[in-house]
Amino acid sequence: MNPQANPLLSVRGMTRTWDGVHGCRDVSFDLYPGEVLCVVGESGSGKSTLLSAVSHQTRPQAGSVWYDTRDQGFTDLAALPAARLRLLARTDWGFVRQNARDGLRMQVSAGANIAERLMAVGERQYGELRRVAGNWLHKMEIDVGRLDDAPVSFSGGMQQRLQIARNLVTHPRLVFMDEPTASLDVSVQARLLDLLRQLVTDLGLAAIVVTHDLAVARLLAHRTLVMRGGEVVESGLTDQILDDPQHPYTQLLVSSILQS
Amino acid sequence: MRATTPMIEVRGLGKMFTLHNQGGMRLPVLEAVDFDAAAGDCLVLAGPSGTGKSTLLRCLYGNYLATEGSIRVRAEDGWVELVGAPEQRILALRRDVIGYVSQFLRVIPRVAALDVVAEPLRAAGVPADEARARAAALLRRLNVPERLWGLAPATFSGGEQQRVNIARGFIARHPILLLDEPTASLDADNRQVVIDLILEARAQGRCLLGIFHDAEVRDAVATQTLELRPAVTATAMEA
Repeated sequence: MNPQANPLLSVRGMTRTWDGVHGCRDVSFDLYPGEVLCVVGESGSGKSTLLSAVSHQTRPQAGSVWYDTRDQGFTDLAALPAARLRLLARTDWGFVRQNARDGLRMQVSAGANIAERLMAVGERQYGELRRVAGNWLHKMEIDVGRLDDAPVSFSGGMQQRLQIARNLVTHPRLVFMDEPTASLDVSVQARLLDLLRQLVTDLGLAAIVVTHDLAVARLLAHRTLVMRGGEVVESGLTDQILDDPQHPYTQLLVSSILQS
Repeated sequence: MRATTPMIEVRGLGKMFTLHNQGGMRLPVLEAVDFDAAAGDCLVLAGPSGTGKSTLLRCLYGNYLATEGSIRVRAEDGWVELVGAPEQRILALRRDVIGYVSQFLRVIPRVAALDVVAEPLRAAGVPADEARARAAALLRRLNVPERLWGLAPATFSGGEQQRVNIARGFIARHPILLLDEPTASLDADNRQVVIDLILEARAQGRCLLGIFHDAEVRDAVATQTLELRPAVTATAMEA
């Protein structure tokens, strides 16, 4: 991270509520290339709404989101035609869902799951698609012999790793993750977190990770936003937020962690 | 021989903790702390426990937010004010300027000791092979047995973990290095290795700030001592 670099993403005064109350209100932050930002808070605090509004899966009602697109530079997402936004979402961004079955095609092979985004950007050669898919399985610590198996036959941890491979195959610069480890056993969580740490470092990925687990933030994130009741109540370096929390709610969250 | 290039300048530094969930209790820990430290210095923080020695180091690392005052450090491109600096600036300073050896190693699941030590170099852009070679050399010097290098340090003894932590802190040769009781759980031989590392860092013109409970270590490395006094303990409540 170079402090002189321009942000990859800028969110300014963004509001998206479902009924005027629930959702997120007046959120502003910048995300820099290669930076991992965690959004923490209890369920119902607006974390997932924030994620879907930043990525324009649902349109914000107020405020703006600017993204440094590869071809046009810094662009207001609201000004992009829907087709361009879809292209951006499936090439330059990734989406990792809490439940792998929401992010995977469960009935088609692991290899086809990985190849889908590549085909969407024009790769047609069968041998090349198989080779790249096999590489990604290997990188995700999944036996390459499972390339033709459908993910219904995979364990939860393998499904989650496959979902990540499916997203990273087009080398996105920004990945949105919603509770990526929450559905996994504790023993499997550590492995996935370690893989994610390596990937963000090796590929220089920026990521916005929604989690209710402060240990996930400690391990993954450079910076953390704390949300409560739809608003960001505190933001800062992750270790500062966890070791010297300022806001009453953050102090409560941190003091509620079980010591291991 | 006194070094002359100033590296750290602290003025009127105060740190007050406000415990919102305990009736808004306020705990003043640091008050009006002033000091300077220069290249080649090893400034030792002294004073009984509870006077804020670790808190001061954490403020200098941006881990704790200073309540008032100024902390300036010298970076490549001149002086930088740490208090109120943007987060990206502090992250860059941690990568390039300020290193920190904490009291305990924060273990990362599944990451081998060799990679834990090499990580600050990797973050600074050093190629993996060179980073690992330098990590190996430092672990060898600190007498961490080679059979442990490929293992995650979670199962290591306290002394072994601390030596991994020291190697991780020293490897990137930051111009400023903060040391929080680095020798607390070490035997005499390894204590001497750490003393040598500190003296070498001083000779290279780096600036060190440390807490050492061991008088022998303190006497061997200190160029100046900062005596911290207990902050006024009057407890004010939030209105």
